[in-house]
Amino acid sequence: MTVKLILRDKEYEVRAGMALVDALKKNNIVPESVIATLNGEMITDDIVLRDGDVIKLIAVISGG
Amino acid sequence: MRQHKLALCKEHYLKWIPEQTERFIKKYEMFTHEEKILVAVSGGKDSLSLWDILIKLGYQADGLYLGLGIDGEIDYSNESHRLAEKFANENNLKLHVVDIEKEYGQPIPVIAERTHRGYGKPCAVCGLAKRHEMNRIARDLGYDVLATGHNLDDEAAVLFGNTLNWINEYLLRQGPVLPASSGGLARKVKPLCRFYEREMTAYAIARGIDYIYDECPFAEGSQSIFYKETLNQLETVRPGAKLIFYLNFLEARKSGNLFIEKNIEMQHLHPCPKCRQPTSTPDLCSFCRMIEKTKTEAE
Repeated sequence: MTVKLILRDKEYEVRAGMALVDALKKNNIVPESVIATLNGEMITDDIVLRDGDVIKLIAVISGG
Repeated sequence: MRQHKLALCKEHYLKWIPEQTERFIKKYEMFTHEEKILVAVSGGKDSLSLWDILIKLGYQADGLYLGLGIDGEIDYSNESHRLAEKFANENNLKLHVVDIEKEYGQPIPVIAERTHRGYGKPCAVCGLAKRHEMNRIARDLGYDVLATGHNLDDEAAVLFGNTLNWINEYLLRQGPVLPASSGGLARKVKPLCRFYEREMTAYAIARGIDYIYDECPFAEGSQSIFYKETLNQLETVRPGAKLIFYLNFLEARKSGNLFIEKNIEMQHLHPCPKCRQPTSTPDLCSFCRMIEKTKTEAE
């Protein structure tokens, strides 16, 4: 019952059944700093994760 | 978009962003449809999205790409140049390209090293060179205005840094429009300054804009990114905090009250009819009103 979150070159495994926003916070990822996609489509962070989901996280912060 | 209490589908989101951009362009009197705009394009999500939006809105907008000569083992400048050219070609737009090394003999990292500016990081040199070259091209090629893709997170991070250090001079200059000067500085505008960085990323993805995903290799650990991360933590707990921070600053600056010390003595104070302590509220002071209310509730 696992879900994979991918952010740049890092992978995180979380439990299915939890909301994406909680999964992000649990892994110390600030929800405001990423956009999540599932199968190439953007998803909102209140979505409940399902077993086998692979969520690609796109970092939004840029600049120097 | 929790800060607006608004949720839109892809189709309406792609209409909403340009509509709002048009509203900001008019509100801050940035430019008109008759003026020639030069868009500073880096190959990133914000500047390419800005160019895309301006064209969609029917403005006369050409692009300017500055080749900085940054490699960082990811071929950063070449890749961002390729993406800027790709966008211009696909949309049949004019892109001016200035290569700093060809123009001045050395790329940005070498200029930074040789001039010993920026404490081992070329960001200060890069910023200076970009401002100089963007203004030069805008002026030499007769553009009316120079547009950059700064978003609200960029502006809030700058504001946060300048507030932490109380740099009055910079605070008084920051805004969506920097007017042209008679000395030859082009008018600079930031049409995306009221959109969150997250909103602009969503726009670029939804529009299918191919932008450079990699961060500038020198940006890692930078102060502005630290400020952005800090503000995002605040935003997560208090949705709308970044927007309020920036908009209230603009309002204070516009009203001229930013650094005017309020003379408390000048405020109208009168003695509270009940406790006789001075108060500015009409009739009873806030404390007495509160106590009165508790009595009323208890009855």
